[in-house]
Amino acid sequence: MSSAVIPQATSTDANAPLLEVRTIAKRFGSREVLKNISLNIASGEFLTLLGESGSGKTTLLRLIAGFEQPTSGEVWMSGERLDTLPPYKRRVNTVFQNYALFPHLRVRDNVAYGLRVRGTLKNEIQGRVDNALSMVKMSEFADAQPSRLSGGQQQRVALARALVNRPQLLLLDEPLSALDANLRKQMQSELKALQRELGITFLFVTHDQEEAMALSDRIALLKDGGLEQVASPREIYAHPATAYTAQFIGQTNLLRGEIRRNIATCGVLRWPVEEADDAVLFSLRPETIRLSPDGKRQINEVKFRATVRQQIYGGASELLEVDCGAGQLLRVRLPGCGPLSGEHDFVFSMADAIRVTD
Amino acid sequence: MKDSPSTRRFPLLAIYAGLVFAFIYLPIVVLILYSFNRDGVGGFPPQHLTLDWYRQLFADRSIWDSVLNSLIVAGGAVALSLTLGLLAALALDRASFPGKSLFRRLVLLPLILPGIITGLSLLMFAVIAGLQLSLFTVFLGHGTALMSVATTELFAGLQKNDRAMEEASLDLGATPWQTFWRITLPNLKLSLIAAGLLTFTLSMDEIAVTFFLIGRDNTLPLEIWGRLRRGITPEINAVSTLIFAVSVVLIIVWYRIRMRAGTEAQQLIETP
Amino acid sequence: MYSRAYKAIVSAPPLLWVALFLLLPYALMFAHSFWRVQDGVLVHHWNLSNYQKLQANPLYAEVLFRTMRIAGSVMLCSLLLGYPLAYYLSFHSGPRKELLYQLVIVPLWVSYLVRGYAWKTILGSEGVLNGFLRYAHITHEPVSFLLYSPFAVVLMLTHIYTPFVFLPIYASLEHIPRPLVEASQDLGASPASTFFRVILPLSMPGLLAGATFAFVLALGDFLAPLLVGGSSGTMIANIVQTLFGATYDWPLGAAISVCILLMTLSLLFLTERLEKRWSFK
Repeated sequence: MSSAVIPQATSTDANAPLLEVRTIAKRFGSREVLKNISLNIASGEFLTLLGESGSGKTTLLRLIAGFEQPTSGEVWMSGERLDTLPPYKRRVNTVFQNYALFPHLRVRDNVAYGLRVRGTLKNEIQGRVDNALSMVKMSEFADAQPSRLSGGQQQRVALARALVNRPQLLLLDEPLSALDANLRKQMQSELKALQRELGITFLFVTHDQEEAMALSDRIALLKDGGLEQVASPREIYAHPATAYTAQFIGQTNLLRGEIRRNIATCGVLRWPVEEADDAVLFSLRPETIRLSPDGKRQINEVKFRATVRQQIYGGASELLEVDCGAGQLLRVRLPGCGPLSGEHDFVFSMADAIRVTD
Repeated sequence: MKDSPSTRRFPLLAIYAGLVFAFIYLPIVVLILYSFNRDGVGGFPPQHLTLDWYRQLFADRSIWDSVLNSLIVAGGAVALSLTLGLLAALALDRASFPGKSLFRRLVLLPLILPGIITGLSLLMFAVIAGLQLSLFTVFLGHGTALMSVATTELFAGLQKNDRAMEEASLDLGATPWQTFWRITLPNLKLSLIAAGLLTFTLSMDEIAVTFFLIGRDNTLPLEIWGRLRRGITPEINAVSTLIFAVSVVLIIVWYRIRMRAGTEAQQLIETP
Repeated sequence: MYSRAYKAIVSAPPLLWVALFLLLPYALMFAHSFWRVQDGVLVHHWNLSNYQKLQANPLYAEVLFRTMRIAGSVMLCSLLLGYPLAYYLSFHSGPRKELLYQLVIVPLWVSYLVRGYAWKTILGSEGVLNGFLRYAHITHEPVSFLLYSPFAVVLMLTHIYTPFVFLPIYASLEHIPRPLVEASQDLGASPASTFFRVILPLSMPGLLAGATFAFVLALGDFLAPLLVGGSSGTMIANIVQTLFGATYDWPLGAAISVCILLMTLSLLFLTERLEKRWSFK
């Protein structure tokens, strides 16, 4: 897991990474919440920490924000040690999960808080606050009380409050999880556009893999306190390193079998591979399997016959559960195929069977 | 929700808090200490520890008579204030009627008003009503004053109750009366016990209102008060220490019950 | 969901009781303040003479102001002791919070009389404190101002009311969502700055409630002066008490009580308005 190859942050210029997490471990009592995490974040990057609850993603975020101390390891930012600084001395700002807007201050004063605390001049504060509010489209609510705002509106104010301080790194702790589906999608695209426009480095935490894929330049998948894989969304989807990754991000079929004399056998499926004899696990995405109406297959394809057991209609595509025989069930995603039943021939490309570790 | 271990960063605050604690407890510690002092109260340091004062205390008839009186009054006051408090809490929670907010304020008034005002008002009432001052008038006074406490506690307990449970009961065919006895009251059990303990302790300690309503028979606080006017003896230290010990036990019990009431309500809500 | 009969049965007894044993008695007190005593007998003769007496005789005003000073001191001292304690418990006490909380409420349940008596034994000329001072050779003569003075009354009442003040402040502080504190620090405010900008304003309702409680109850206290106040520490409630006792003048006593009552009620009203303005959410 943590020994998986972690590609370094790619950046357009040869700058050193903005944030370096160096072999961070965190223990609460006897519980190890973070195990030996090392991660670099490039300047201007949108990196998402993805994982289930309990994976350690929030702990890592809070560690970078300064609300937790690492049990071992260090955090560096812009070439200086970060983890020894208290949160109010870090050039890092957080958008909290439940927004944490100050109820006794108006929106305007909430946004100005960080600037006031630092003794910024009054006229400068005014300008920057107005600017920040218009960036999140909340200018007309400047004098409102936070308690009167909807969830989405509060979220924008929380964003403005953090951004107005021009932090080097913005941390977002599942900021969209309290919003309903439509609002969420809208906020996702707004966030992405905002990040692109400002060029500020975003470290985003979520458990929603779709959200991670939509927003991120890179995804860091956490499992049980360790880094499972760090890669761009396309990379992580097309080439998952482990079974967990393959299942967590998108859907997949896990094919378990063995390789013997350059033949991979998983249940009724067999195809040639150029690998040594071994027990093996493959990930095969449902959308890479297609119908073969005439029963033909290409040179590099695998063909199998299966009976349709279940069909779930999904508008643009349909998800079928097919029985290959001997209890081997696969999921197949087909574009608008109409109701299917009975036995059919299916094919998939050998290259689409990605070998993964357990 | 984790608090960062910031005691390290603010030692001054911790020291100050410690001093405040010391201030709160010091007199009590001194009191207890000197109840064992042979040479009486005063002077320093206490030498010659003895149990004589306790022996004297246990032989003192009038103290124990007053304890009995206090218990009788407290018992009655608890019953009265819990009944009235329960009804008042129910009324505040569920009924609406003209003058409700005036009622609410009136009920809570004895809590915030100095005891002398409530005591004197009741005294005047007793005189007009032709009542002889006695333990009975004390009982009426306590019941009235402590109704506020009971109402507050029971109202809080009612709020924690899930309304849906009563609705379920009605849905299943029980009448409101049956629902009250089978559902509402049992769920309030812990709140009732907690309120009962609280009102009991307050009644046992009550002075201000009792002062003006007392007849010939003394309650414990009034008995002690009378002796104080005559002079200080360590016997009073002894009885005070005993009162302290009993209070501590009662408050621990009350606290545990209240916590259990909280967690039980919590568990009910959280169980999927 | 509740039938009219249910609501009637539930509301009637407490309503009747409150009307009979609270509303009526308070009204009686009010009425008494307009009557007077003639030749040792209470006469139901409506007049304003009692209030005129209060206004005319400077003694009453003097005692009243002394009482207000004492009550104000008690309120201030209890706040100075109770607030930091509540803040420490709520934010900085870590795993010991529950235990410490219980330790704070225990004295609340210990008899008022017991605690007052304890101070009496400590502060006297032959008391524990003087004994200690002489034992430690800090003084040779007993320090006399400790007991039977307004100082002693303030001390005793502060001791009594600090836990009372602690409770609502602690409740208020506990209600402050911890993310707000983190957000403040995240935005660059030091712990001290966070306290004054976020924690203190949000704890105002509790602070107001506690302060009012301490002031009002201290204002009407008559036991503490009798125990430790002496003649210089007499408070307004003592005057009322004597008027209902040895000096038989119920109407005058009632008049003073009405004044105390009105003062209390207006203070409560004021506090309620302030609390509404300062409670957020």
